[in-house]
Amino acid sequence: MRNDTRPLLSVRNLRTSFFQDEGTTKAVDGASFDVFPGKTLGIVGESGCGKSVTAQSILRIVDRPGRIVDGEIVLTRADGSEIDLVKLKANSREIRSVRGGDIGLIFQEPMTSFSPVHTVGEQIIEAVLLHSEVGKKEARLRGIEALRSVGIPKPERRIDEYSFELSGGLRQRAMIAVALSCNPRLLIADEPTTALDVTTQAQILDLLRKIQQERGMAIMLITHNLGVVAEMADDVVVMYLGKVVEQGKVDDIFHDPKHPYTKALLQSIPSIDSTPRLKLPTISGSIPHPFNRPKGCPFHPRCVSAIAGRCDVEEPPLQAVGEGRKASCFLYP
Amino acid sequence: MTNGDAGTGKSVLLDVRGLKKYFPIRRGILQKTIGHVKAVDDVTFFLNRGETLSLVGESGCGKTTTSRCILRAITPTAGQVLLSDNGEVVDVATVPKNRLRSLRRQMQMIFQDPFSSLNPRMTLLDIVGEPLLVHGVGNDQERTDRVVELLNLVGLRPEYMRRYPHAFSGGQRQRIGIARALALNPRLVVADEPVSALDVSVQAQILNLLLELQERLGLTYLFVAHDLSVVKHISERVAVMYVGRIVETAPTEELFASPRHPYTEALMSAVPKPDPRLRSERIVLEGEVADPANTPSGCHFHPRCRYAQAVCRETAPAQEEIAPNHFVSCHRAAELSLRGVARSGA
Repeated sequence: MRNDTRPLLSVRNLRTSFFQDEGTTKAVDGASFDVFPGKTLGIVGESGCGKSVTAQSILRIVDRPGRIVDGEIVLTRADGSEIDLVKLKANSREIRSVRGGDIGLIFQEPMTSFSPVHTVGEQIIEAVLLHSEVGKKEARLRGIEALRSVGIPKPERRIDEYSFELSGGLRQRAMIAVALSCNPRLLIADEPTTALDVTTQAQILDLLRKIQQERGMAIMLITHNLGVVAEMADDVVVMYLGKVVEQGKVDDIFHDPKHPYTKALLQSIPSIDSTPRLKLPTISGSIPHPFNRPKGCPFHPRCVSAIAGRCDVEEPPLQAVGEGRKASCFLYP
Repeated sequence: MTNGDAGTGKSVLLDVRGLKKYFPIRRGILQKTIGHVKAVDDVTFFLNRGETLSLVGESGCGKTTTSRCILRAITPTAGQVLLSDNGEVVDVATVPKNRLRSLRRQMQMIFQDPFSSLNPRMTLLDIVGEPLLVHGVGNDQERTDRVVELLNLVGLRPEYMRRYPHAFSGGQRQRIGIARALALNPRLVVADEPVSALDVSVQAQILNLLLELQERLGLTYLFVAHDLSVVKHISERVAVMYVGRIVETAPTEELFASPRHPYTEALMSAVPKPDPRLRSERIVLEGEVADPANTPSGCHFHPRCRYAQAVCRETAPAQEEIAPNHFVSCHRAAELSLRGVARSGA
């Protein structure tokens, strides 16, 4: 059924590099994936895998000295027209109507992503005024409504408070309210619960799911937490050092992982339902610094199934390894 | 309540009784004290030699303050921290400052953030050797030899000892921190969130190393963490804290299989399981963690507890031993049947 739905966002062969004096860092090195309407795509990976830069590339907010070198990011707009975000100028009118309009963004750090000198209300109202043709009074009412819809108690009062007056959970809710104030069709959530406690995390994940059901919005959930992905995602993209190493349906990824990195990652996490004090299987070594990127498959120095003479020379392409799933590994011809 | 000699047959290394730490809130020009943040509010637990006890709870619950009081990094407001030191029991909370230094050889700490806890201007040799220098152990050569031994112990190459911390990855830096903590052959190691700043693929390496070192050196760990999966993996017993109090202490398997405190139940159900087939009905707690400066009456958890009754609002529940070695502070512990974590594959 999903095959006849057009993707809402289609990322093709995205390459984003940072050009520094010490050398070029390929933060995203040829990533391709689709986000479908009403579905949640989980992007998993450890630090330095390029998951956040991918999100920044989509919104065209990559900081200098980084820039998109190659690839396409095709967004299907509400009227059915397609637009390649890579071709837009980073400060053009079109991209600004996409940011916050078509695509909403929630960051990891709710403390630093709000302005401390403006009230929460001012920041929501600003977004509403930018993207809709409404007056200030109406915008304020919408702001209050947005705060109410994310479960903030007494929104009429909270709207005039500053972000530091809110607790971590409420601040993240307010962040979501800003992102949702213009009814985006895609919400990019970059580590939305990483800074929160587990019970607050459960509240925020529940809220995201509820909002998704109500509005049929697509979510691109970026996280390093495999538990969060397992609970939330329909499809999963696993990244390592700027590359997509595996993608597929959530159940396939967790129950029948193909790529050695995905396998090792799943085995190495302590789980709440595992036996205490057993030795965990580990992945040897650590993530290489992006300057010292290994040749060939980026994972080969840490891989137990690496084929000498092949994995350290050639880069495996991302190819189909079954229905609706892909992996980039020479083990799968 | 005294549970220091609870019938386990093992000898108790650390016995914490009625520990309290209140921080004053001062206001106005005269800095008058207008209230207290009750960061740790009557905490009692014990730690057997060679075992791992985890203190688990959400941010602000007082787990770090408790561990700092135990090391006397801060002086507790009230209570006893009894450490057995060569057959003699010493109260770390009140011991005179001049005895503290020798006591601290027994108790060392592993910190959370391997990036900010190592001095960037010191080499590995200086960092790991510093505790030896401070305590006047050996001469230069002996200290260097000991550093080599320690680096080998934690799986770092001794050739690297003239390098600076920036040359190492997060996991390697955490190994440096562990080597430093072990330099003086401590008996008690307090590890405050030792893996939470690390990447998942590196966490397992450090957890395995901690387990291995415990076996080899007979260490006793007090493990402070918020991640229940990590806690389950490393500990023999777990103490769950909520707003300055321990609500439940039990052997690990028992706590996870059959929690007896509603907060423990909710906390465990909130952890996302890394298996999409287990998308369970989660217990989502209403509201927020109580403010330790303005704690609720009675049981601190009652405003968020779905089983709360009138008595919970009025009186704080006492800690009871509901099963051997299973302590819980809940008025309704005996009658409630709470949900634990199912074993995978079961």
